Amino acid sequence: MAQNLYQKVFDRHVVGRLSSGQYQVLIGLHLVHEVTSPQAFALLRDRGLKVKFPHRTFATVDHIIPTEIRDRQRPLQDAMAEEMLQAIENNTREHGISFFGAKSGHQGVVHVIGPELGLTQPGQTIACGDSHTSTHGAFGALAFGIGTSQVADILATGTMTLGRLKVRRINVTGKLAPGVYAKDVILAIIRKLGVNGGVGYAYEYAGPVVEAMSMEERMTLCNMSIEGGARIGYVNPDETTFAYLKGREYAPGAADWDKAVAYWKGIASDPDATFDDEVTIDGSTLAPHVTWGITPAQSVAVDEAIPAAASFPESERPLIEEAYEYMSLEANRPIAGVPVDVVFIGSCTNGRLSDLQEAANAVTRAVQANPGLKVPASVRALVVPGSEPVQKLAEEQGLDKIFTDAGFQWREPGCSMCLAMNPDKLKNREVSASTSNRNFKGRQGSPSGRTLLMSPVMAVAAALTGKVTDARTFFNLSK
Amino acid sequence: MQAPAAVIETVTGRAVPLRGNDIDTDRIIPARYLRTVTFDGIGEHAFEDDRRGLAAKGQVHSFDKPEYQGGNILFVNKNFGCGSSREHAPQSLMRWGIEAIVGESYAEIFFGNCVSLGIPCAVVDEGTIEKLLAAAEADATATWTLDVKAQELRGPVTVPVTFVDGPRQQFLTGKWNPMSELLSNMDAIEKVADGLPYVSGKW
Repeated sequence: MAQNLYQKVFDRHVVGRLSSGQYQVLIGLHLVHEVTSPQAFALLRDRGLKVKFPHRTFATVDHIIPTEIRDRQRPLQDAMAEEMLQAIENNTREHGISFFGAKSGHQGVVHVIGPELGLTQPGQTIACGDSHTSTHGAFGALAFGIGTSQVADILATGTMTLGRLKVRRINVTGKLAPGVYAKDVILAIIRKLGVNGGVGYAYEYAGPVVEAMSMEERMTLCNMSIEGGARIGYVNPDETTFAYLKGREYAPGAADWDKAVAYWKGIASDPDATFDDEVTIDGSTLAPHVTWGITPAQSVAVDEAIPAAASFPESERPLIEEAYEYMSLEANRPIAGVPVDVVFIGSCTNGRLSDLQEAANAVTRAVQANPGLKVPASVRALVVPGSEPVQKLAEEQGLDKIFTDAGFQWREPGCSMCLAMNPDKLKNREVSASTSNRNFKGRQGSPSGRTLLMSPVMAVAAALTGKVTDARTFFNLSK
Repeated sequence: MQAPAAVIETVTGRAVPLRGNDIDTDRIIPARYLRTVTFDGIGEHAFEDDRRGLAAKGQVHSFDKPEYQGGNILFVNKNFGCGSSREHAPQSLMRWGIEAIVGESYAEIFFGNCVSLGIPCAVVDEGTIEKLLAAAEADATATWTLDVKAQELRGPVTVPVTFVDGPRQQFLTGKWNPMSELLSNMDAIEKVADGLPYVSGKW
């Protein structure tokens, strides 16, 4: 019987049925970071348990690490951050787990380094105590976020308890216009299906737009599945996937390569596979998207106005009113022109090399058209590479200089202002144009701070103009 | 961090009404309180920014209202607990005193974390939650019983509720903390691992 990827990969990892009727599922790759793991390691210690598959467990430090060189000196100035860093160093050493710390050459956001190292591969089950684990679905893996008790379950047994999800295929047809990116596609999908539209589903992204995407674009797409309520999002593996993986440190070597590719092709959705639901979105009509509210579904195209509450179902209106008030934005006001104080380019959503290349190209284009153009003094603009390899490659290409010459700050890798667990935070009511994934109240470190989500190129336009600006016209990105 | 597993058939106590769709985990526990290697003390920070934000406007969050102190059954709307996977969110609710939740829907990772902590999350429809919220707002002293076995909430208003079947069985058999059962299947785990080329290295 024809099966989709979700069904095939799930079935291959089932250890058995539990007494509750749920499945015990093997997790073949467990990624660990400093925030959601210390309590799990403590539990193992209390119960005298070992890590079942230390060679399938990999750790880094990303959430709490400062992004300015002077602040990365040990001990870290923040005693709590230092305690967390020491905990993951000690826990990984004690259990024989690979740990990629600062200056290891591989430290970075856990969802950037997994793919970069070739750890993330098609057909795997991948879990991490972080909701953006869905990112790894770009490779055709079942990858999802878990809580700390489940981190402990996987550390101790290599397995966890799961029910089966339904699968919704989202077809993105046509071709994206210049200036429109994977970030805009996922924001448009979440706007259409809602922040809880994906609850109970895995999303399979398909169609010509997705097939044409690079692996890094597919990662951006899958990354924000969870913002649409889907714990898992994936793309079927294809030649783009295999070409990305070939030669990476943890990818199968030359002797195994052909067998691995055959295996990976075998777990893709069958041509006649069925789905519990299908949705089609016309990619050709999409424009750059910007969030205006306090959930990732509250977005508009950059040439649209903020919608009126009356245009939403009655049950959603209280949240719309709450968003107007929190953001100090009113209905029917164009989103373009909203002033910004801070620009953040980075995160597991948009902190990869191609994101920084697109952003740097946009800076270059603007400076060529308008020599001497810089980020205005009123705007603080941070560029935070997703990992040490991204940082190194970007610097080799001179991207850091393009940014700093134009008034951006070039930082060390980490999660940074996506969730502001390190020193990078908004202050008071500041408005941030951010390439990250969540515009929740208080998300970027100030309880009253405001976030507008957008693509890296849109963030560059906001940085150079001090307000939300249509990147297509500002950079003259015509067809 | 995990209480010894026990059978959970009912949760009885007072309700805490909390209105609003899409209440995310950053609101339940702001990220700055994740800078810790334990879950100790995070109960007092549950909804901290929302509580302060309302207080600044002269309003009072349910978690600050004297009449709801000691309440243990939380009534919520739609997509509660969306956002991050942080178990700190249900941990902070549990440590504040919440033992069960009744609402329209839950984000999936939050829901799974609640199961691991022995917090049953019951589902009711939009019309029903409105009645329950109104009842809890009208009388904070009322006693409610969430009956996992009978799939019913009894109180000033008595309504049928639904649970996801697998987790419901986990509560009723005391196996909501699954680690012991997971540990008991080591032979089967080894067998599946050995058959997966990327785990065994045998392509």
